[in-house]
Amino acid sequence: MNKELIATIISGLIFGAGLAISGMADPVRVKGFLDILGGNWDPTLMFVMGGAVIVMAVAWVLQKSMTHTWTGSEFFLPTSTTIDRPLILGAVLFGIGWGIAGLCPGPALIGLVLEPLSAAVFVISMLAGMYIFKLVKP
Amino acid sequence: MIDLQDAMINEGLIGGLMIGLAAAIMLLAAGRIAGISGLVASAAGLISGSSNRKYAIFFIVSLLLGAWIAEVLTGQVVTRYPDMLTLAIGGLIVGYGTRMGSGCTSGHGVCGLSRLSKRSLFATPIFMASAIITVTVLNMLGVDQ
Repeated sequence: MNKELIATIISGLIFGAGLAISGMADPVRVKGFLDILGGNWDPTLMFVMGGAVIVMAVAWVLQKSMTHTWTGSEFFLPTSTTIDRPLILGAVLFGIGWGIAGLCPGPALIGLVLEPLSAAVFVISMLAGMYIFKLVKP
Repeated sequence: MIDLQDAMINEGLIGGLMIGLAAAIMLLAAGRIAGISGLVASAAGLISGSSNRKYAIFFIVSLLLGAWIAEVLTGQVVTRYPDMLTLAIGGLIVGYGTRMGSGCTSGHGVCGLSRLSKRSLFATPIFMASAIITVTVLNMLGVDQ
């Protein structure tokens, strides 16, 4: 097994554990954050994203001075800087779906081991949505 | 109540730091963005010509395993899900929207914002605002999920 794959597995394990510990696997908590006018605002998600962004900001500083990864492989990074309609409309739609169910893709996936039946309904629908986009996109 | 709220925030921060560490390892050791929606699409074979499929599959299996380990060790991972119809509608829109907008909370919100990616700096406030408006409107309409 190559080093890149081992790094991917370690990353996935920590990501999944972090998501579970963060409380964001609970759609009620997520909606509690999104419900800013509800009078019982739950700020947890802000700390989850804040904590993750701070660590990743350091990672990007390190990445800037690297030509290859620590395992010697190349970087596969997005390069587009175009603000287009699909980006904006896609973000609007994602927000609507996120608000309706209280689930985004990461928490939904780990739901498959925490609350399998309900999470499977969301994940299968999400895959269907992704497949429909692949079919209709120009 | 204040103690409970503090505990929630601490969990959130610890979980967030772990997510950041995981995304940093993915970037610095595997050279890839830990964007979950992209990895899901890649694992499902929905991105044509992708060389990342094997990594995406391994990442997602590890993600589930990591969550399962956390659940076993802490025994207190709470999940309160809405009804099946809500899940089906939400899932469909999330799937379509994340592919159209090239990312979700992890890709745009964590990896993109911290990179000061122009697209993520646009997308993240838009999906946050959209989600806040959606929840607010659903609550105003008294939609019980």
